[in-house]
Amino acid sequence: MASLRVELVAADRLVWSGDAKRVIARTVEGDVGILPNHAPMLSLMISGVVDIQTPDEETLVAAVDAGFLSVAENRVSILAERADLSHDIDLEQARAELERAHAAGENDDEATAAVRQAEARIRAVERAR
Amino acid sequence: MALSLREYRARIKSTESMKKITRAMELIAASRIIKAQQRAQAAAPYSRELTRAVSAVATYSNEDHALTTEVENPTRAAVLVITSDRGLAGAYSSSVLKEAESLVEKLRGEGKDVDLYISGRKGEAYYRFRQRPVVQVWSGFSDQPTYDVAADIGATLIQAFLNTDPAPSEAGVPPGVDEVHVVYTRFVSMLRQEPNTIRLVPLEIVEGTEPPEKSEVLPLYEFEPNAGEVLDALLPKYVQSRIYFCLLQAAASELASRQKAMKSATDNAEELIKKYTRIANQARQAGITQEISEIVGGVNALADAASE
Repeated sequence: MASLRVELVAADRLVWSGDAKRVIARTVEGDVGILPNHAPMLSLMISGVVDIQTPDEETLVAAVDAGFLSVAENRVSILAERADLSHDIDLEQARAELERAHAAGENDDEATAAVRQAEARIRAVERAR
Repeated sequence: MALSLREYRARIKSTESMKKITRAMELIAASRIIKAQQRAQAAAPYSRELTRAVSAVATYSNEDHALTTEVENPTRAAVLVITSDRGLAGAYSSSVLKEAESLVEKLRGEGKDVDLYISGRKGEAYYRFRQRPVVQVWSGFSDQPTYDVAADIGATLIQAFLNTDPAPSEAGVPPGVDEVHVVYTRFVSMLRQEPNTIRLVPLEIVEGTEPPEKSEVLPLYEFEPNAGEVLDALLPKYVQSRIYFCLLQAAASELASRQKAMKSATDNAEELIKKYTRIANQARQAGITQEISEIVGGVNALADAASE
């Protein structure tokens, strides 16, 4: 079976690249699962958790900020300004960020985005366990 | 010429310590260039994928977007000038400022008002000294820019472009402009850096002149939620990534020119030390010769006195 060639790219570096059997990401329309031979697609992602299942049954979990996802000819590119694999995330620090984001208020968009990002990072670590 | 030996020694000493400083700066700049180049390489995949995605949307949809639409009679332009925070980099800042000045002249000649945006303390000082108004300044990062800074600059410039009011009443809103230019220094090689100007927005969609390779033919994408919204989200990111690219290039150029300037400063210091050492030795020998002739003269005078 064909496999997916995945690139997880942050604005200032290539976070991860490799082969995968399945990718699950959260787009503006809801979670989307991508298997090999998926139709070409370009969609917007909201900040959340991306699951990448590698051919040897490992699951990589990454937290990403809002960005976008493009799929074409078994190539999956996940682009976000900030993206971290779960084992690079410091749980304590992410919790502190969440506290701070909550304290900043939840009224404006920026604060809500910060809360979402922090939550995504914590969720990524918890899911990876 | 007629300085004492002690004064020459003092000069040699101070030149030597200056040489140590310039040598250290040269080495630091050299090691940072490598880092700067690595950062530029690390940022390449993002901008490559972004460019691909933007061209995919532009190819398969007829969406018009504010950021790609040319204003019919542009009357105001913004210029972002990327300079360094610190000096001692040869002609780096002055050549980029010269390029900026000629661009501003050209735009004024076309009947456009120019708003200046500056990155780097050197540019800020230049315009403040000449008492020319500057809309916004960013500084403190010129040799290692982060994406956050680029995103901030990009957001401000896009806001200025989308704003139609040239004299906004609210504070914190940049005055509206019809086009945005960036002046930065392109890193050609370690020995050559060129000031360069690009027009950031409205974006020019360049039609490819060469036929794309077979693998490069863009597939027929499905857009989620729709092409318009994807473009809305993509274009600002594209602009920010272009700015990030410019900042990285400017940082590498700054470090390269600093390395070059410091290398020639070190060489000059060596030259000076050599010259002063030679003069000091001459002065020392002149002193010795004089002392000997005085002694010999004294001895002769004593011998003459004794024989009489």
